[in-house]
Amino acid sequence: MNKHSNITNNQSPRPRGKIRVDKVNLAHGGGGKAMRDLIDDVFVSEFDNALLASLEDQARFKMKDLAIHGDQLALTTDSYVVDPLFFPGGNIGKLAVCGTVNDLAVGGANPLYLTCSMIIEEGVEIDLLRSIARSMALEAETAGVQIVTGDTKVVNKGCCDKLFINTAGVGVIRTGLNLSASSAEPGDVVIVNGLLGDHGATILAARDDMALSTVIESDCASLNGLIGGVLDNCETIKFIRDATRGGIASVLNEIAEASGVSIEIEEEKTPIRSDVKGFCEILGLDPLYLANEGKVVIVVPQEDASKVISTLQSNPLGKSAAIIGTVGDWDKGRVTMKTKFGGRRIVDMLVGEQLPRIC
Amino acid sequence: MKYVDEFRDPEKARTLLKEINELVEKIDICKKRPLAIMEVCGGHTHSIFRYGIEGMLPKEIELVHGPGCPVCVLPMGRVDDCVALAEQPNMIFTTFGDAMRVPGSKKSLLQAKADGADVRMVYSPLDALDLARDNRDKEVVFFGLGFETTMPSTALTVLRAQADGIKNFSLFCNHITIIPTVKAILDSPDMKIDGFLGPGHVSMVIGTKPYEFIANHYKRPLVVAGFEPLDVLHSVWMVLKQIDEGRSEIENQYVRIVPDEGNDEALNAVSKVFELREFFEWRGLGSIDHSGVRMREEYADFDAERKFSVPNIKIADPKSCQCGEVLKGVIKPFECKVFGKACTPEMPLGALMVSSEGACAAYYQFGDPDRLRELEEV
Repeated sequence: MNKHSNITNNQSPRPRGKIRVDKVNLAHGGGGKAMRDLIDDVFVSEFDNALLASLEDQARFKMKDLAIHGDQLALTTDSYVVDPLFFPGGNIGKLAVCGTVNDLAVGGANPLYLTCSMIIEEGVEIDLLRSIARSMALEAETAGVQIVTGDTKVVNKGCCDKLFINTAGVGVIRTGLNLSASSAEPGDVVIVNGLLGDHGATILAARDDMALSTVIESDCASLNGLIGGVLDNCETIKFIRDATRGGIASVLNEIAEASGVSIEIEEEKTPIRSDVKGFCEILGLDPLYLANEGKVVIVVPQEDASKVISTLQSNPLGKSAAIIGTVGDWDKGRVTMKTKFGGRRIVDMLVGEQLPRIC
Repeated sequence: MKYVDEFRDPEKARTLLKEINELVEKIDICKKRPLAIMEVCGGHTHSIFRYGIEGMLPKEIELVHGPGCPVCVLPMGRVDDCVALAEQPNMIFTTFGDAMRVPGSKKSLLQAKADGADVRMVYSPLDALDLARDNRDKEVVFFGLGFETTMPSTALTVLRAQADGIKNFSLFCNHITIIPTVKAILDSPDMKIDGFLGPGHVSMVIGTKPYEFIANHYKRPLVVAGFEPLDVLHSVWMVLKQIDEGRSEIENQYVRIVPDEGNDEALNAVSKVFELREFFEWRGLGSIDHSGVRMREEYADFDAERKFSVPNIKIADPKSCQCGEVLKGVIKPFECKVFGKACTPEMPLGALMVSSEGACAAYYQFGDPDRLRELEEV
């Protein structure tokens, strides 16, 4: 089943350890038997692949196996500290896989392998860890990647908030592709693959102090399949970026700045579900700055826009895809929005965190 | 979105703009100089920029962004007082989010938090009271700020704390009142305001009568306005209509929320707990008589100023800052020497750069309407 099994060592496998307590304690980070039991029983058994099961200090790949995918390696890393750990539409584990997969995919890379480092606060329940590891395994399977090496640390109570995860990822970029934030030109259009702001609104609503209940779910999803399909169908794509923290507004500003162009989006064409709009109305937030975990911004020449839209819309993760704006040369580095009301405003980079207004 | 989209209808906006343009044609002042309309409230400033309203209006109308952003007019010394309170041992200092980033002379509350003070953002003073209930071994101070809009909820929280006997809760009262400030602006020698958009939510509490002196004595029209973009356009139209017809009256556009007589219950709670201070220091405007409130003697146990030693620091506004002139409409934000240079939303020097309701931050983040108008012509 595992196409990489040929590169693991041939020693007979030792029996896997079994964990016998309910909660993580400091011994589970101590490097001894307790740690091995935790790793075996929770991570190795859930992630289940031969590269990981060999438990070397590093995962090893043959260059020729990588080279079939393209001619450039892509390497990325991201840490996940989301609070709460579980939220509608996902949890920290699913996020840790999707986020890193997407960071590779937006560069045009085919994501292949992930690492997984866990920093666990003592006292966290083993069952909780197991269900997070299971989500990671499921999402890795969906995305077609393997979690091949990892690290486990346990820290004293209060030294981290329950669980932090770092995942790094390796992928291979298809030959000849060079997507770049600095390549947008007047005449290009800006496309998104769907409804914006769901993740940010979900997380804010899930925090106890907000006392708001919503039906919004995180859009957290691995987009490598969607992006791969678009790149297959349209060779003129200039840039793709996932609109995570800082939302769509931040990505647009990065493009405008890096390419020395202006970008104008239209409020009317920007897809945002009415629940998210309502949530933002109540809290005085701007959905353009809310985080997404399953949305990308794509820059493409106008003439190829419809091809990109139809490719996106043929995938469930892109069914609400829309052209939201155009690239121009009005004021270099500026992003503006034509409001539905008929006015126009600048969409600037977010300063600090978005703070609710008081009156 | 129901009850929201109705107030953002672009068709209706076009109709109103057409009538506004017709009125501007008729008004004599507009032939000589731009007509200056001040929106007193920061909530209006936010709406105006968020929906790009100023750029939709004819060039003959200049919107002046007034002093009605409580965070913006908070003097540096008061922020220092907050930091001093927050850094006392055994203290949980609670505040609305906006106030976290306001610069003090040494640090903001956000920086104080990073330095180890227990500063928490709350959404209501009642959340602070709950914190006090849950942390009986600690002192919980709520940083009360805002105009008459937020005063009743703070007053009611103090009354609740008293009724429930929660002794570890107190209020650092920085509430301010809008009328003396509008009067100070009208009395200022460089005043050049032709009409006002009155604050909607302040008026929900105080009603429309307290503004009558503006029409009677200063002969300026004031229209109490709602916060949706159509409310703002409609109110601008009402101000122009008065000017065109040579009237100066107090009118209420926001009738769906604002009763002319105000809200008795809210006003009772406010006058039960608070009394006027002799004067209060405003950032950019200096000291204004009777423009702030403090807690009455009966509530001394819940008054952080009496309960703790608040340093009561006086710090002059930075010399290079021209917040005051911007607040009075004498200069536009970008005409200030430090705008966008030494003073940016990341490192605000003046308070108008801090909150999204501050004129400078709004210009910085949402753009100069004149420049945006040019884009329409491109």
